[in-house]
Amino acid sequence: MFYSPVITNASEAATNEKMHLFKYIEDPDQYKISTYESRDGYKIWEKVIKEWKPEQVIDEVKKSGLRGRGGAGFPTGLKWGFVPKDSPKPRYLCCNADESEPGTCKDRVLMERDPHGVIEGMAIGAYAIGCHLMFIYIRGEFGHCIDRMEAAVKEAYANGHLGKNIYGTGYDLEMIVHTGGGAYICGEETALLNSIEGERGQSRMRPPFPAIEGLYASPTIVNNVESLSAVPHIIKNGSEWYASMGTEKSKGTKLFSLSGHVKRPGNYEVEMGFNLKDMIYDPAFGGGMLGDKKLKGVIPGGASTPFLKPDMIDVKLDYESLTTVGSMLGSGAIIVFNEDTCIVWVIKKLIHFFRHESCGKCTPCREGTGWLENIINRIEAGQGQPGDIEKIEDICGNIMGRTICPLGDAAVMPIQSAILHWRDEWEYHIEHKKCMVKSKFDFK
Amino acid sequence: MILTENSIKEIKEKAAKYPRKKSAILPAITVAYHQLGYIDDEIYREISKVIEVPYVEIAEAATFYTMFPKKPRGKYLLQVCNNISCALMGSDSMIEYLENKLDIKKGETTKDNLFTLITVECLGSCSTAPMIQVNHDYEENLNAEKLDKLLDDLKAKA
Repeated sequence: MFYSPVITNASEAATNEKMHLFKYIEDPDQYKISTYESRDGYKIWEKVIKEWKPEQVIDEVKKSGLRGRGGAGFPTGLKWGFVPKDSPKPRYLCCNADESEPGTCKDRVLMERDPHGVIEGMAIGAYAIGCHLMFIYIRGEFGHCIDRMEAAVKEAYANGHLGKNIYGTGYDLEMIVHTGGGAYICGEETALLNSIEGERGQSRMRPPFPAIEGLYASPTIVNNVESLSAVPHIIKNGSEWYASMGTEKSKGTKLFSLSGHVKRPGNYEVEMGFNLKDMIYDPAFGGGMLGDKKLKGVIPGGASTPFLKPDMIDVKLDYESLTTVGSMLGSGAIIVFNEDTCIVWVIKKLIHFFRHESCGKCTPCREGTGWLENIINRIEAGQGQPGDIEKIEDICGNIMGRTICPLGDAAVMPIQSAILHWRDEWEYHIEHKKCMVKSKFDFK
Repeated sequence: MILTENSIKEIKEKAAKYPRKKSAILPAITVAYHQLGYIDDEIYREISKVIEVPYVEIAEAATFYTMFPKKPRGKYLLQVCNNISCALMGSDSMIEYLENKLDIKKGETTKDNLFTLITVECLGSCSTAPMIQVNHDYEENLNAEKLDKLLDDLKAKA
C-alpha cells in the first residue's frame, strides 16, 4: 500500500532501460528489505566496501557527471573530493531530506517507496568520504517517510548492511534518522547542520564550507535524497552508462514533480534535456492543460525560480538550457498555471511563504520579505499606489546577493520575473484596484 | 513529571546515538510533542533534566520551529496547505468550505475541542493537491465529497 497516491511514469520502465530511480517505484513491496535484496539490493554496497578504494568511488561519481539534485546542481563527486584526506576529525554525511521547496514532492516518494535505495546510496557516499556516522534529515511533517525510513534503517542493521564490522570488512557505519520541526530553511545545508547540532536552524557564513568544517566543526558532506539514490546505479552500471544519458553538462536522469493546472500532475523520471513543453502536453506526462484552458505561465524549478511565459517553454529541462531562458532547473518542480490565474495573486502566495520561512538572521531578507509581502498584499487587495512596482523592484534589488544563504535571492527572483513578464498586469491591478483576471479556483 | 516513562526512555535512547548532548534537543522536543500535542516551558525544563542540556538552549531551539505550539490544540489538527500548487487546485476555497462546515475561522478550534483548523506552507504533496494533513496523516487529491467523508470518519472515531 502506498502512502502517496501520486502518479508516476514507472510503468514505462519496462521499455525504458534508462529509468533507474523509478524502476520499481510502483511495486508496493519495494520498501521491504526482502524485496530490495531480491533485486540485488545492497550488493553494490557490499562490492564497494569489499573491493573498492574510497578514491575510486569518488572518481567514478565524478566521471558520471552527477550533479546535486536538491537545486544547486553542484557536481556530487567534486564535492566529495573536497573532504580533506588528512583531517584527524571524524567525517559526516548528511542526506538532505528536508524537501520543502514549494512544488517539490519527489524525495518523499523515494523515501516512502524505496527507502533502502536511499540508504544504500548514503552508505556508498559515506564510505567514499571515510564517514562512520551518517544522518538523514527528514522534514518533521513527513510522518510516513520517517516511519518508513526508521523501519528500513532497523532492517538494514538487522541484515548487517549497517553497524559494526560490516560484511567482516572492519568498516563501521552508523545511521541516525533526524527529523525537522517545520522549517524550510533547514533544507539549506548549513542551517540543516545547525539544526542537527541543536541550534536554531539558521544559515552559517561560508567559508568555511561544510566539506572542511561542517557538523560539529568536522568535514561534512550534505547531499540530496535523489542524488544519493542515483549513486548505487552509477556504481553498478558504470559512470559511462550514466554519462551517456542527458546533455553535455547535465548527465543522467532527473525526477520532475509536475503540479498545478495540468491533467496528469505527477512525478516523472526522464533523461536530462527532456523538453518542458512535452512534459506539460505529452499524454504520458502532464497530458495537457486542465480543462483545455490556455497556459499562462510555468515555474520550472520550484518556487524559487523565475517564471517562463508560454513562448519560452519549448526548452530542454537541464541546468544549462533553463538558464538561457532566464530561469533555473532548481529542484525540478514544475508548477503550471492557466489563463485564469492572477500573477499578483501567485506572487502573494510565494512571498507569504518566503516571509514565513526567512530565518531572520540577515536583515535584508528578514525585513525585505516583510516589506514585500505588505506591499504585494496591498496591491492584491486593490489598494495599490502609484510607485509600488518601483518600490518592489528597489527592495528586490536590495535583497538580491546581500544575504548569507540563497533564501533572499530565492524570494526575489520569481517577483522580478513576474514583473518583467507581466508588468501590464501589475499596472492594471494598481490602476483599476482589482485583478485583470480573478484567481478563483474551486476545489470541488 | 508530565513526560511519561515511555517518552523519557525514547528520548534517552535517541540522545545516546548522538556524539553531542545538544543534538538531542530536536529529537526530544519531537517525542514530547507526539505525547502531548504541545510544548511549553515546563516541558522544556523536564527535557532539560532528561538530556542534561540547559533549559534556555532548549527554549531557544524549540521556539524556532513551527511544528511545536505552546498550547494544546483540538484532537484533530487540520493543516491545510495553502502554498502555490495547492492554491492553484483550490485550497483557498477548501479553507472557506472548512470554515463554514466547522463554523470556525482558520487558527481556531471547534467548541467540542475536536478540530483545529490552520493553514501551513508546502507539505510536499504538490502533485496530489489539494491536501490536508490531519495530525500524522496526509489526505490528498481532495474534493468536497472526500472531505465530508473524512470529517465524518474523524468524528465517528473520536
